[in-house]
Amino acid sequence: MSLDVSPRIIFWWSPSFYITETALWAMIVAAFLIIMALLSTRKLQRNPKGMQGVAELIVETVYNFVRDTMGKRNMAFAPYIGTLFLFLFFSSLLGLLHWRAATADVNFAFAMAILVFLLIQINSIRSKGVGGYFKHFAKPYPFMYPINLLEEITFPLSLGFRIFGNILAGYIIMELFFDMLAGVTSSIGIPFLQMVIPLPLNFFFDMFEPGLQAFVFSMLTMSFIARAITYPGDEE
Amino acid sequence: MTGITPEAFVFGLSAVGAGIAMIAGLGVGLGQGIATGQALQAIARQPEARGSLMGTLFIGFAMAETSVIFALIVAIILIFVHPFTLS
Repeated sequence: MSLDVSPRIIFWWSPSFYITETALWAMIVAAFLIIMALLSTRKLQRNPKGMQGVAELIVETVYNFVRDTMGKRNMAFAPYIGTLFLFLFFSSLLGLLHWRAATADVNFAFAMAILVFLLIQINSIRSKGVGGYFKHFAKPYPFMYPINLLEEITFPLSLGFRIFGNILAGYIIMELFFDMLAGVTSSIGIPFLQMVIPLPLNFFFDMFEPGLQAFVFSMLTMSFIARAITYPGDEE
Repeated sequence: MTGITPEAFVFGLSAVGAGIAMIAGLGVGLGQGIATGQALQAIARQPEARGSLMGTLFIGFAMAETSVIFALIVAIILIFVHPFTLS
């Protein structure tokens, strides 16, 4: 059984300088997304067809979604949200090819969660000012200061653990299921049971769950950023 | 109790603890069942609101799953990371 929940080191130059499997997959997914973006915008035409049409569909969907969730004045975040969604989705989709998904590593999930956390806090400080930032924790009543502070800190924790736990659980179930099928067929000699039987499980754990979790991740990011930014005009 | 090494005893009890931790799934299952039932009632009453209801339902599912995900992580740590090994 090849179950392993710790990051696997695949290249190393020295004990403190190495590349884990997750980092390699993350770089490959990023390169894939960049290459697809470049290819689909190479020869832009007025009437989109082929890859340009698909790219325009994705961009339009993301922009509409950000406009509906965050409001028109936060449209500057749309490229980031779209990239976040596609990156998380494709990193989790690796399980479909029976590799270990990059999001099934706690380091990857928490890197993304900390990125979102910093984005929220920096935007909060930028829109409220330093004094206003420290004051807004005591917003409804002063005694709620520690509770509000705790809420801000636990948000990236639950965000990171949510996608990590879901994808890792799917990975473990798929590994156990394949092991069971291999165990059944090993006495026959020809491993034929693994061909079609895991397909529904594959669809749920390696296609539906990554889509849902990437959607939830970007959705929560959007709503928390929108909540953190206050404009001079609005009063609570 | 003869023939059981201390390591095997600790691993076995860790596995039992992982099983107990996953009892958290009970509450989430109940909650998601209730949420789905209510959503079905809403769709039956107003079928044209189906799209927005499904989106909200899945977001709610993901939020409700948080507690069971924490329990799952506790179980995974107990089984795979062996935090209580005898040193």
